[in-house]
Amino acid sequence: MTETLLELSGLTKHFPVLGGLVFKRQVARVHAVDGIDLTVGAGETLGLVGESGCGKSTTGRLVARLLEPTAGTIRYQGRDITHASRRQLRPVRTDIQMIFQDPYSSLNPRQTVGKIIGGPMELNGIEPSGGLQRRVQELLETVGLNPEHYNRFPHEFSGGQRQRIGVARALALSPKLIVADEPVSALDVSIQAQVVNLLQQLQRDLGIAFLFIAHDLAVVRHFSQRVAVMYLGKIVEIGDRQAIYERPRHPYTHALLSAVPEVELPTDGERRERIRLAGDVPSPIDPPSGCRFRTRCWKAQDKCATEVPPLARIEGNTEGHLTACHFPEEPTVHGRDVVIDPALA
Amino acid sequence: MFRFLLRRIAGAALILLIISAVTFFLFYAVPRDPARAFCGKICPPANLALIRHNLGMDDPLFVQYWHWLVGIFAGRDLVQFGACPAPCLGYSFATQETVFSAILDRLPVTVSVTLGAAVVILTFGIGTGMLAAWQQGRPVDKVASASSVIGASLQIYFVGPILVFFIVDSMGLLPRPAYRAFTENPLDWFVHLLIPWVVLAMIFTANYTRMTRSTMVEQLAEDYVRTARAKGMSGPTVFLRFAWRGAMIPIVTIFGVDLATLLGGAIITEQTFTLHGIGELAVRAVQNTDLPMLLGVTLIGAFAIVMLNIVVDVLYAVIDPRVRLA
Amino acid sequence: MTTVTWDREQPASRGPGPFLSVRDLSVRFATEDGVVHAVDRLSFDLEKGTTLGIVGESGSGKSVSNMAILGLHDPAYTTLDGEIWLEDTELLGAGPGTLERLRGDRVAMIFQDPLTSLSPYHTVGRQIAETYRKHRKAGKAEARARAIEMLDRVGIPQARTRVDDYPHQFSGGMRQRVMIAMALVCDPDLLIADEPTTALDVTVQAQILDLLADLQQQFGTSIILITHDLGVVARTAHQVLVMYAGRSIEQGTVQEVLREPRHPYTWGLLGSMPKLRSNVDLPLLPVRGTPPSLLAPPPGCPFHPRCDHPALVGSDVCFTERPELSPAEGHRDACYLTLAQKREIFDGQIKERL
Repeated sequence: MTETLLELSGLTKHFPVLGGLVFKRQVARVHAVDGIDLTVGAGETLGLVGESGCGKSTTGRLVARLLEPTAGTIRYQGRDITHASRRQLRPVRTDIQMIFQDPYSSLNPRQTVGKIIGGPMELNGIEPSGGLQRRVQELLETVGLNPEHYNRFPHEFSGGQRQRIGVARALALSPKLIVADEPVSALDVSIQAQVVNLLQQLQRDLGIAFLFIAHDLAVVRHFSQRVAVMYLGKIVEIGDRQAIYERPRHPYTHALLSAVPEVELPTDGERRERIRLAGDVPSPIDPPSGCRFRTRCWKAQDKCATEVPPLARIEGNTEGHLTACHFPEEPTVHGRDVVIDPALA
Repeated sequence: MFRFLLRRIAGAALILLIISAVTFFLFYAVPRDPARAFCGKICPPANLALIRHNLGMDDPLFVQYWHWLVGIFAGRDLVQFGACPAPCLGYSFATQETVFSAILDRLPVTVSVTLGAAVVILTFGIGTGMLAAWQQGRPVDKVASASSVIGASLQIYFVGPILVFFIVDSMGLLPRPAYRAFTENPLDWFVHLLIPWVVLAMIFTANYTRMTRSTMVEQLAEDYVRTARAKGMSGPTVFLRFAWRGAMIPIVTIFGVDLATLLGGAIITEQTFTLHGIGELAVRAVQNTDLPMLLGVTLIGAFAIVMLNIVVDVLYAVIDPRVRLA
Repeated sequence: MTTVTWDREQPASRGPGPFLSVRDLSVRFATEDGVVHAVDRLSFDLEKGTTLGIVGESGSGKSVSNMAILGLHDPAYTTLDGEIWLEDTELLGAGPGTLERLRGDRVAMIFQDPLTSLSPYHTVGRQIAETYRKHRKAGKAEARARAIEMLDRVGIPQARTRVDDYPHQFSGGMRQRVMIAMALVCDPDLLIADEPTTALDVTVQAQILDLLADLQQQFGTSIILITHDLGVVARTAHQVLVMYAGRSIEQGTVQEVLREPRHPYTWGLLGSMPKLRSNVDLPLLPVRGTPPSLLAPPPGCPFHPRCDHPALVGSDVCFTERPELSPAEGHRDACYLTLAQKREIFDGQIKERL
């Protein structure tokens, strides 16, 4: 096992919902992230998948320390940085960088590309040998952009190129961990692949660890060695790529996988399972008691409403494959139908 | 909805309290001494002291404010003038009548001028704007847009006398502007106020034309308007039932903001046409440093604006169901 | 067709053919920067009860071409050429009255974002009912009953009470069901679904796609499904049409296009998508460069600046002359490579990497 870079334990983020007469007060809480534990090793890629409202983006922002957690701890290289002040954070901030989903709004339109990429270095007092401009141009080249475009503005680039600028900015401080929040979902398919390849190549060449957040299960599988599946603020299943994609145990993981529209037409004799849930994800303001998936689960029993299933290695799981379920599924993705949706019955 | 209203009314009361406090303390910071004005040209110091005492001016300022505030709800006894029943805003230093009855006397004039102008603004402003949006890019649109700009650049005290000269003096189409009680003869009321309405409305109408046009054009590009067309709704239905509903929200918002300006405009209009409304009262109170009257007029104006804004908020909820639950 | 006497627009007639036939459709927009060639001589047929998947990236003209079928473009800035035949009615030349009666009745449409596509100011019941009242001349009570029936059919629980709710009171997936209920209220012959699941979560997407397929089986509706996701096409479509820079560059059955793609751009699309079972150690096969500007599309084959194979063609036709779809029938594509070359490249270099 490699060195542990990042360790989250019991990490929780609740957002207040305000309301009330005359004076605003908190009337409810959005349980965006509700006690998650996970680790990311040095140079490793951990994928975080889930549907909207599952808390994957909030988790990323907590790790990048853009949000203050409600409870729990974040450890980086063994140091507790959960509530570290700005000054204490300084060395860590350069180590953890973020890439955002929207390449249009995450770049300052009034700054040149040189300024956008070089800015963080100046801010952190880093003086690269050979000068700032040289270093920025190197970075532009690394992400596949023309180094001569140093003085151009973001609007002069296409969507995919802008995302490359975002990647170069993240690389500028030689980070050890990059939190990539849906880095390709705003891009066209043909461009998406360019950026995925670029990130993968950087990961291999530079040994940077990634927390890769995406809703697209195929992209996550392609990019991540380990994968965590989130549902309504909790991790329901975590394990290496093979465990999650070939031998999933949590019913929600099964449902997610079977919902992915695959390009490959089914071959003869092979049938992947078809699971159709009913309804949408419940509101994270008032999540179901016990197991949060129980309201949409075909295996739910009384126990699921009263007892929160622990995220643990259940019988039949390989090392490091943890599932939070009282009544887990068989570890296969083949051969049966579960259709709960009344309109499809 | 009820909770929403309750919250808004509580908020409004707070705002009114703040406004009254600020104006009260500001006005009493004015260096002119009202007691001296009462006292006359030759004023022995003893008289002055007595008047001050009778006016309650030897109490600390916040005690005076408190008395004044209590008076609004409970009435008070003012030595200088006699009893002042609730709602008591004090006596005018200049005319010795109670401020409240003076305002009550003039209120119908100002309300008539303002409401009438508001109707003219909304019908013509929104009407022309909708016409321009419907005929987008065609000559009607361009004429409507251009004429609204001309309207906006004219001034009440300039257009007013000109209109009176042509329409009243030269052509005799309408009587000279004056106030006639609505309750006695509505038609008389209408024809006498028509010119002031049009003149006051002119500066606002242009804005509403422009805004209605642009929000309608924006709404017509909305996804749900496209859906309405895609399901076969006719042009007028799409325009009136779908796009117009969304366009109303910004218009209502701006109208809420404009109400204060409209009241200000009403004052100028009253002066221009020598109508005896609250505007005249306010101007005279300023000239005479008539503090109780000034306070009263300010508070009534603020009250009107705050209340009308609650009406605007309720309108929001009526127009947009998403506001109802928030 | 029933003949309405007050209708002055006489529909042109023609013999039997496919249910929907689009011939040489071109759409051009006048903008401040110049003329945008959004759609360039697009042709396709659609048989009754089948689904055609139109695939393309943003700006490929896939949405625009279908707005033209319903006449939903702004006539002040748009020029249309070609023919669109819905059975024996030609739609491009039809007057606004004909199109208005057609929309929502014989041809219905659903859109990408169900939140912005439904009116926030009216209850869902009213929005569904008004379509029915307009086209079926139904009374208020009858239309309301129909709305409840439709909501129930698309799987909205407690349809009887939810009919009086507003769109913002529904979740994303339920909103799209409301859209579908609204589109199908008059039993249309053709449903145009423009990215119907792009804004939805993956489990909800699966429900909606299955629902569309179910409803198609029940009512025999033809569907044009516009999407950027080949996976969605693979799951739902019978025929596929791949668009690039306003043109159709490959069309055929789902099996033909997805199993034996012929156009280099289709290879690029397939190679760009990670799959649930592909080899993760191989990098994806993206298309290099970026899609062209439709203000000044490249001469010749619009894909040539991003294509790896023009050298194999032997002459410079790729750069100068626009390739037409060939052969005339069946699995067609617009590329100058010979069929043998395409097979060789696909089998030799692409297939194993997908």
